[in-house]
Amino acid sequence: MSVAAGPGAAGATPDRAPVRPDDDPRAALLEKQLKKVRYRADALIEVLHAVQDIYGFLSPEVLHTVADELELPPSRVLGVATFYHLFSFEPRGEHTCTVCTGTACFVKGADALIEGVSEAFGVAKGETREDGKLSLLEARCIGSCGLAPVALLDAAVVAKTTPEALVAAIRKVGVNGEAVADDAADATAGSDEGGAA
Amino acid sequence: MSNGVDLFDLSQKEREAQAAYRRHVLCCGSTACLSGGAQATQDAIEAEIKERGLEQDVRVVATGCMGLCSRGPLVKVRTRGEDDVLYADVDADAGRRIVDEHVADGQPVADGQLSLQHPFFARQERVVLENMGEIDPNRIEEYIARGGYRALRDAVTTMTPAGVIEVVQRSGLRGRGGGGYPAGTKWGLLAKAQSDHKTVIANGDEGDPGAYMDRTVMEDDPHRVLEGMALAAYATGAKHGYIYVRAEYPVAVRRLEQAIRQAKRHKLLGKGLFGTEFEFNVEIRIGAGAFVCGEETALMASIMGQRGTPVLRPPYPTERGLWGEPSMINNVETLANVPTILRRGAEWFASIGTDTSRGTKVFALAGKLENTGLIEVPMGITLREIVEEIGGGVAGGKAFKAAQTGGPSGGCIPIKHIDTSMDYDSLLALGSIMGSGGLIVMDEDVAMPEVARFFMRFCMDESCGKCLPCRAGTFEMYELLDAICEGRATAANLARLETLCDVVRTDSLCGLGQTAPNPVLSTLHYFRDEYEARVVPDTVAAAVAADAGGASAHERSA
Amino acid sequence: MPGVSLRIDDNEVDASPGESVMQAAVRVGVKVPGLCQMDGVSVVGACRLCMVEVAGTPRPRPACATPVAEAMDVHTDTEQLREHRKVLLEMLFAEGQHVCAVCVANGACELQTLAAQVGVDHANFTPPPSRLTMDLSHPRFGYDPSRCVLCTRCVRACAEVEGAFTWGVAGRGREAHLVADLGRPWGEAESCTSCGKCVSVCPTGAMFEKGTSVGQRRVKRALVSTLTSRRERESAREVLK
Repeated sequence: MSVAAGPGAAGATPDRAPVRPDDDPRAALLEKQLKKVRYRADALIEVLHAVQDIYGFLSPEVLHTVADELELPPSRVLGVATFYHLFSFEPRGEHTCTVCTGTACFVKGADALIEGVSEAFGVAKGETREDGKLSLLEARCIGSCGLAPVALLDAAVVAKTTPEALVAAIRKVGVNGEAVADDAADATAGSDEGGAA
Repeated sequence: MSNGVDLFDLSQKEREAQAAYRRHVLCCGSTACLSGGAQATQDAIEAEIKERGLEQDVRVVATGCMGLCSRGPLVKVRTRGEDDVLYADVDADAGRRIVDEHVADGQPVADGQLSLQHPFFARQERVVLENMGEIDPNRIEEYIARGGYRALRDAVTTMTPAGVIEVVQRSGLRGRGGGGYPAGTKWGLLAKAQSDHKTVIANGDEGDPGAYMDRTVMEDDPHRVLEGMALAAYATGAKHGYIYVRAEYPVAVRRLEQAIRQAKRHKLLGKGLFGTEFEFNVEIRIGAGAFVCGEETALMASIMGQRGTPVLRPPYPTERGLWGEPSMINNVETLANVPTILRRGAEWFASIGTDTSRGTKVFALAGKLENTGLIEVPMGITLREIVEEIGGGVAGGKAFKAAQTGGPSGGCIPIKHIDTSMDYDSLLALGSIMGSGGLIVMDEDVAMPEVARFFMRFCMDESCGKCLPCRAGTFEMYELLDAICEGRATAANLARLETLCDVVRTDSLCGLGQTAPNPVLSTLHYFRDEYEARVVPDTVAAAVAADAGGASAHERSA
Repeated sequence: MPGVSLRIDDNEVDASPGESVMQAAVRVGVKVPGLCQMDGVSVVGACRLCMVEVAGTPRPRPACATPVAEAMDVHTDTEQLREHRKVLLEMLFAEGQHVCAVCVANGACELQTLAAQVGVDHANFTPPPSRLTMDLSHPRFGYDPSRCVLCTRCVRACAEVEGAFTWGVAGRGREAHLVADLGRPWGEAESCTSCGKCVSVCPTGAMFEKGTSVGQRRVKRALVSTLTSRRERESAREVLK
């Protein structure tokens, strides 16, 4: 296999071969899911959900495995994976703020929420901050229209919120202001926990 | 002993068990109330009841949605021989107070009560939502105790499949997913198809932003969906069913999975149902974030694990559908009407609503109103009644400007048509559609070109990319709307926008593209002055664009 | 089987059941414009350039995917259809980067021919990011996504005729684009047999043989339809044996 000739062979771990999928406990979890759907090709979307649950995102290596196991052409697996919005091809941040942009939330100011969070934390819409602390995402209507505008902070619903309140809630779970600036500030002034409250 | 007798036994037992309690505390456990802290409220109520040693006397139930989502968490106290009392905005402290004063001492708490005579409740008519806020969706016994699965039993044991279709046909039930195709006719098409592998599919891919009717039905009355599907299967000769649910609705998925297990255990799904040859099984399929999968052919592609791109019709799914076999797709709300129609009769159902739009419609009432939430009203009610009576008028004393129905495929209804009847045909005549039931009220502060831009951005993001007019047209229309909203569009740009509306509507392959221009056409029709007021002379547009460092919309589409 | 007679642009046409309007039209000299349709591969009806008006139907239908029917009355070239085709072609130009003067397919490009027919003579483009990088990793062929019109002829030829399934469509909406295998450079696609069918069916210069310069593209667009019809004929003979 071409993996063996890769950089792993150069030997950070001298007495072990490069980590192969079999050594990864996550591979066993995936195997279990594949068995559950009886390796049926039409279960591709279910399998991709499982991959995302297990690995956090869809990597080319795992997509390759899925294609092999379900006996599907790789182009078909990639085509399906990239069609649906919920699949992610990069690891998500430690915390995720998902702003609902459904119509009710739009009418009640979802754009201001996104802008507020984006400015306060230096993270662009749809992206993860460089330090991996926070991802700012949009959702298509999470169905809590009676509570608009709504955001999800990790799994918790922040209802009838404002930019200020949402920013405060994000600080509360432990995300500071601008990523780069904070690194510099941390080096000189230590923790700025107090300022966050 | 036949299953029918079992069912009756179960129902009787459950009713007796419930009657043994003097009081019931019904806590709304729907998604909206849960995100408002309903779990903490219920926990506090249960702890207080335990502390006071009232468990033998009082039953606490986590029910489905009570409707008035903007005032959650909601709690209802039901006492034998008395009227129900409903409390709004109940936090943990308020919950304890309700137990201390009302549940223990029989003295309803004065604050936080909401009258059940309020038009929000009194003006509703509940068919699909008849069990909402009444039963614990986790227990099949409660569904059965309220008459659940009786329609299925009676249909399978005493009616012919054709007889079932005839009832649905006579009831006048039309598809609740948006199009309004007569349900009985669709069922008839599948029944006629020759195959041993027919499938019925419940479409729970509720993608309209601002709509959550189907989610609520699937979460809070999952057996109703299963029973509706089983009736459809019996009537059409299908043995297999799928429920396609958005991945954004994990609670719905869990509740449906549980409901399927319960129904199998009670032999309400599976083989040899009610001692007959009839067999029916249901599987759940989960989407992964694609609005276009609400379209029938895209939905079937997604069920088969493929990209959710629509394919040309004809052939229609009832001829060639899932795995190439005849299939039928019904919206969740459509199916949820069926058990009640069978139980109470086609004539009863047809007596509700208007001549061409029978029955009720569930709306997700949202936007700038005093009361927002989930409502079910007879078709033919006026928009004014919904906005002013049920919705309590526009919030903050502002003026009503327009209501939007049908989401990204729909249009808006301006104030001059506020007395319109809410039915399929009247809405169509106004350039909107009934859609799946999102109803968003906008006040005087909302700018209509921005509303159009919002929906076009949605359609652009959700276009599957297969056919050219939708893929490229929604993008160009979005760019033009953005230019209009940002004051860098010319009169020529506005004309181009109208041309594109015509081309995209006429030439797109599926319903998404064909209806994507609707929000633009509708706002242009009623609020053209707002567009024209934002149009600038060519020189200004060029200057604005140069300032922004981008090409002007004029350049792009001269 | 009894034939079907219909009218196309006021010509009487006899057709066999199962034929498409587009196929029947060719026989009376009516060439309906189109990009995604290709003899020898399945019909997708995605480019919408071949929309025609059929009397009695509320909206135009794609000629490539509409079967002929008795007494059908078809118009392929009304003023509205011409106007719409023009807008559709403008859209195609806007989402790609079609500069004939530097293209290998200059003079042999179906898009160019259509543009001349319909009267589109300008191109304002803002290609999406997914269309920007040229792939020259394959030893024999090149792929320039900015010239791709997403007709998916290559995808269908690769899957249905060659059976390799190398090409697929990834992404969606405006971000939809072609991928080979898992989206790695074409030259690394293990499933590719280098048969060149994709190149032969490409209506524009998006796929080309390396070493061809401006205007030198050799057109072998009949290759795939020849292969499939030959395969059908010969396998029918096998059965008879």
